Amino acid sequence: MTVLDVRDLEVHYGHRRQRRRALAGASLSIDAGEIVGLIGETGSGKSTFARAALGLVRPSAGRIVIDGEDVTGHRERQWRAVRRRGVVQYVFQDPLRSLDPDLTIGDSLMEPLLLKGVPRREAVDRARAYLGRVRLDDELLTRLPEQLSGGQRQRVAVARALITEPRLIILDEPVSALDAATRVQVLEILKDLRTAGIALLFISHDLGSVAGIADRVAVLYRGEVVEVGTAREVVTKPSHPYTRLLIGSAPTLRTAAAGRAERAALRELLHSGKGTPR
Amino acid sequence: MTALSESPVETAVDGLVLTVDSVHIRHQVDGREVVKGVGFELAPGRVVGIVGESGSGKTLTCRAVLGILPPLFEVAAGAIHVAGKDVAALSRAELTELRGSTISAVFQDPASYLNPSIPVGPQVAEVIRVKKGAKRREARRRATELLAAVHLRDPELVYTQYPHELSGGMLQRVLIAAAIAAEPRVLIADEATTALDVTVQAEILDLLADLRDSTGLAIVLVSHDLAVVAQLCDEVLVMREGEVVEQGPTEQVLHNPRHDYTRLLVAEHEQYGLDRFLEES
Repeated sequence: MTVLDVRDLEVHYGHRRQRRRALAGASLSIDAGEIVGLIGETGSGKSTFARAALGLVRPSAGRIVIDGEDVTGHRERQWRAVRRRGVVQYVFQDPLRSLDPDLTIGDSLMEPLLLKGVPRREAVDRARAYLGRVRLDDELLTRLPEQLSGGQRQRVAVARALITEPRLIILDEPVSALDAATRVQVLEILKDLRTAGIALLFISHDLGSVAGIADRVAVLYRGEVVEVGTAREVVTKPSHPYTRLLIGSAPTLRTAAAGRAERAALRELLHSGKGTPR
Repeated sequence: MTALSESPVETAVDGLVLTVDSVHIRHQVDGREVVKGVGFELAPGRVVGIVGESGSGKTLTCRAVLGILPPLFEVAAGAIHVAGKDVAALSRAELTELRGSTISAVFQDPASYLNPSIPVGPQVAEVIRVKKGAKRREARRRATELLAAVHLRDPELVYTQYPHELSGGMLQRVLIAAAIAAEPRVLIADEATTALDVTVQAEILDLLADLRDSTGLAIVLVSHDLAVVAQLCDEVLVMREGEVVEQGPTEQVLHNPRHDYTRLLVAEHEQYGLDRFLEES
């Protein structure tokens, strides 16, 4: 079942002469239980894509359907209702942005439930359960975010996103700020969510950080999805020159996928056609 | 394996441009040892990589080499020689002379090393005037050449642009141009590509490789990412909590890691990175 369906999405910022197109007809769909990596570099439109799916920016063309509900023309009041139901959740790169520094971990986790009208006692139980689900000890419930490590905080942010039992979670560079050991822990937890039937949109500038857990990968370049496929297809048989450059540029432990000369040629090709990606 | 061994094969045993000999760095007040014995040698045209998380001591090691340790930190034991000169024996003026002309560096955040109110070109030309004693016009000509050498399109235009008009990748190129302006023997690149997009990171790494090949520049490449270091380096040091836990030729460290921490870094790439797909193809 399709949880997020985005068709030919266009978003513009600014007015008149300053009007700038951030998304130029991007299409992408995500099924329940699927992890889709959206790869884009600076200026690709990836943040705009996330903002549109969260109702934070109004599309100028195209269609967005979330869990069967066409939200394209939703007004702010309707979006608030969608958010309150907790259908879509969001995890930032920096967990301190998702967590209120003055609230204990327990209060942070329970907040979205209490807003939905869940009784306090049940909310406490669920906070405890979801903390366990991200493999954290429930003694953290009484701590403040600053008393936790970066990896623990990011896991709490994931637990908080999960607690309303959303259909879709959008994660923006969720592991970029973590060190190697904690990065793997968080990725493992995200991988497990597949079985819960949640759709995950994993946004990153780095194909390498997504390739290992994404079922499918979409490459966003200059506001368009230029390539979609399984992670294996995209990595081993990239068709768009930008995808080829992206993969040829990604540092790996083996020989780089493309040599220096090949990368230089791809840059020239992209520069002559549509300008250099910067 | 071409990408791992593109550098010249000949190793000059004499004529080392940098030797770091079991250097220990200590905090003067609490006596804590923050770097516990780092050593490596660097010949012209060679690249050594230092990998570690923040706090592992990699940046302090670089700063000791440059003679710019932060206040309260000191080299407690060991020796550093840059082009044969003992850094500890140099006066402040001699150290300043050494920096830029013999050894120079680029860091993570290029914008913070440029004056925002002056176009970037004159800032590169300034280095040439001070370090090489060039006249204004000559410095300008040479600075424009350098901007072209770091593959900036339209160097004449970039010369006149202010830092805020350039992207992060372009700024890092300008910083590299300034760093190599006085033709140093050694360049330290400390997380110089960390804040950049992957394709731009590759452009900068390719540029460093070009400079190594064309000028024999020796490079110390510092990164938290083992794969970044693997692209360019002949030898790798893995640091953790001030200690070198693994050191050896890049091939050996990547394919036959001995320490658990190095194994973790390698495993992360193999399980979650592109490596698992590329290996099959």
